[in-house]
Amino acid sequence: MSAGEQALPLVPGVPLALRGPAPVRVVAGFGFWLFLLSDIIIFAALFATYSVLSGSTAGGPSAAELFDKRHVFMETLCLLASSVTCGFGLLALNRTDARALYFWMAITFVLGVCFLTMEGREFASMVAAGAGPSRSAFLSGFFALVGTHGLHVSLGLVWLAVMLLQVVTLGFRPMVSRRFFCFALFWHALDIVWVGVFTIVYLGAK
Amino acid sequence: MFGRLSWSAIPFDQPIVMGTCATVGVVLLVIFALVTIKGWWPYLWREWITSVDHKRIGAMYMILGLVMLVRGFSDALMMRSQQALAAGHAAGYLPPEHYDQVFSAHGTIMIFFVAMPFVIGLMNFALPLQLGVRDVAFPVLNSVSFWLTAAGVLLVNLSLFVGEFARTGWLAYPPLSELAYSPGVGVDYYLWSLQLSGLGTLLSGINLTTTILKLRAPGMGYKRMPVFCWTALASNLLIVAAFPVLTATFAMLLLDRYCGFHFFTNDLGGNPMMYVNLIWIWGHPEVYILILPAFGVFSEVVATFSGKPLFGYRSMVLATMAICVLSFMVWLHHFFTMGAGADVNAFFGIMTMIIAVPTGVKVFNWLFTLYGGRVRFTVPIYWTLGFIVTFVIGGMTGVLMAIPPADFVLHNSLFLIAHFHNVAIGGVVFGVMAGMTYWFPKAFGFKLNERLGKAVFWCWFIGFYLAFMPLYALGLMGATRRMQHYPNTHWQPLMLVALAGAVVILLGIALTVVQIVVSIRQRHANRDRTGDPWNARTLEWSIPSPPPAWNFTRLPYVERADAYWHMKEEGVSGRAAPASLVDLHIPRNTPVGVFLAFFAVIAGFALIWRIDWLAVVGLVGAVVVVLREYWKTERERTVPAEEVAAFERAHGALPEVGHDDREVRVTSGVQS
Repeated sequence: MSAGEQALPLVPGVPLALRGPAPVRVVAGFGFWLFLLSDIIIFAALFATYSVLSGSTAGGPSAAELFDKRHVFMETLCLLASSVTCGFGLLALNRTDARALYFWMAITFVLGVCFLTMEGREFASMVAAGAGPSRSAFLSGFFALVGTHGLHVSLGLVWLAVMLLQVVTLGFRPMVSRRFFCFALFWHALDIVWVGVFTIVYLGAK
Repeated sequence: MFGRLSWSAIPFDQPIVMGTCATVGVVLLVIFALVTIKGWWPYLWREWITSVDHKRIGAMYMILGLVMLVRGFSDALMMRSQQALAAGHAAGYLPPEHYDQVFSAHGTIMIFFVAMPFVIGLMNFALPLQLGVRDVAFPVLNSVSFWLTAAGVLLVNLSLFVGEFARTGWLAYPPLSELAYSPGVGVDYYLWSLQLSGLGTLLSGINLTTTILKLRAPGMGYKRMPVFCWTALASNLLIVAAFPVLTATFAMLLLDRYCGFHFFTNDLGGNPMMYVNLIWIWGHPEVYILILPAFGVFSEVVATFSGKPLFGYRSMVLATMAICVLSFMVWLHHFFTMGAGADVNAFFGIMTMIIAVPTGVKVFNWLFTLYGGRVRFTVPIYWTLGFIVTFVIGGMTGVLMAIPPADFVLHNSLFLIAHFHNVAIGGVVFGVMAGMTYWFPKAFGFKLNERLGKAVFWCWFIGFYLAFMPLYALGLMGATRRMQHYPNTHWQPLMLVALAGAVVILLGIALTVVQIVVSIRQRHANRDRTGDPWNARTLEWSIPSPPPAWNFTRLPYVERADAYWHMKEEGVSGRAAPASLVDLHIPRNTPVGVFLAFFAVIAGFALIWRIDWLAVVGLVGAVVVVLREYWKTERERTVPAEEVAAFERAHGALPEVGHDDREVRVTSGVQS
């Protein structure tokens, strides 16, 4: 809807709640925040499950035997760095500076691919060593939690590519900027989830 | 090529299923033929199927709920008649494997595909109107939500004719629902249909929460919102917080079944009780997702027909939000028998009793609103009074079962069945019926037939007591739920009374259909020309019935709660003068929702039957649909000022609105 079409102008002294429908930009951002919260609840369920099952190794390998913290640390650096570059990209978006946007988002994309490659290698080596998700409830919980995060990163990369294509074809119109802003929120949220994964799954490995 | 799908999937050997199949087929054929012959397809496509208007989508949710009510109720009748017959040496007419599907389908359908569409439909229809705005926050997403729910409905009904449904009960507890014990497609039908409709519900929750928090008419602060908006806010917050848990839980069960994971299996460290915990972390808030909007409806109805403001507005809001928070702290009372220990059980028992306090506050508020009011005994007030009596009984049996030692005796007995039907029918169904009767004239421009409405109420009310009071007694006598057969013939007389009750309710459902048909035929006599047929209090009644696509020509300015009532008292009109109108922009209709649902059904069906290539087709199709929508730049349609003015003139915008002869002023929203 054309939200905000009849909204009160930002009169000082009129409380926000009384000003009428918020502008589209605010409505879209708020809705996306709610979506992120719901997404984080999915992760909460997976975290809880992992915590319950982390000791249920059924005679198979345990967390401490499996994880290479050095490898995961590099992975983490890639993802955290990609959040920084994504932030610079967003600044470029606000300036409607296409070249800077492409530059920073390309780096973000590459860092995301690095992260996924490293994660894929970790998963492959575990499966090859007989520590796949079917081996024990602990490994089911691990692959589901970390895999769901990886799936989110993959979808994020697809979304990023789509958004860049949108800027190329449609230019910096409000609709595209709003979506790019939501993408950035999504990308940062994945970082926050990863901090949880790194702490609980990898550092917490016993 | 076709995975597990073959001709043997169609149960040719089961006369009951094939009979139903033939009946449904004939009915669908007749409907399609009628629509085709009358040439209604373009109209249906243009005005309904692709509509992003929240009022139309709300109405479609209600129709979906009504249709599925018939389906779910058929299952109920089958269970009641089986239990009325299968005592002692008699075997009844439903074999166990069929009976198990019937009770699983009954619970699944009634909660997910009847109660949820009803409640979301009411919220969809009423919220933007009560808030005084043009639409929900994300109209296209709204259409997607509806069609995803419809996709779930289609899959669940398909299971009747192609394959089978789950035999696991409505929550599909593992390990029974694991591949080892349920190797067929039944549980897969269950999981995929609920994943699709659950996604639709989550998107609805996000949409409506954003609508309430970010889109309200100028001046409508939180303390000026109608109570229905408050209860809807609580309900949608719960959807956003609870439905992701359902999605995650089902995803884990799917991984167990499809990829050999071990979340809930008996072997290799799996933990079935974790599923039960997770599913009820969603499941208990779900109870309040359904009942809170019903509470909101009763609040509106009671205030309107008592001609008084709602008693204790603030305590009502506080009670609503208290229930919203507390509903996340009681889930374990669904399985005290898990053996979590005395401390844990005591905590959840006490929390459960505490949640009865805000509910009690609400009951007293409704009673005090009625007290001293000039109550008009219309159909909605019948439902409200019936609700107050019935719900209090259901609430008390709930508090009874909140005592863990008592629950050990009553767990999974017919006493429990009687309890939750007592609150689900006496609360949610009565609330939905009240809301439907209340807002029907707003949606369609004419009232429902009053006499038939009262007949429907009496059928449900008497039928409910006949059907479920015996189950309380049977539960205390030791009868458990989900019995296909029982040896104790002393139970049979009460089972026969329960069947009689179900038949009376059946009469009520049939009369609902009659009521709708009769009301449509009498529509000219019952037309609502004022837009305010009930002399009501909130903004939706300040505009014509049915409202235009843009709802409010001018957004009203809200100065206090019960905004429209005060406008009427002061002789002020919220409507705009036709001369001062401008072009309006409203969202353009789009088929993206129905296309997405189409591909979702394909993908779901393919995954259920393990037809890999078809699943890929469905997924790719869905992605293409989304991308097409993503590149669409013309998303709004302009309604020219002349059209708006013509509408306003046709509906007597200026002179006829005030209810007395005082000067009519125009308080508009703020001019842009």
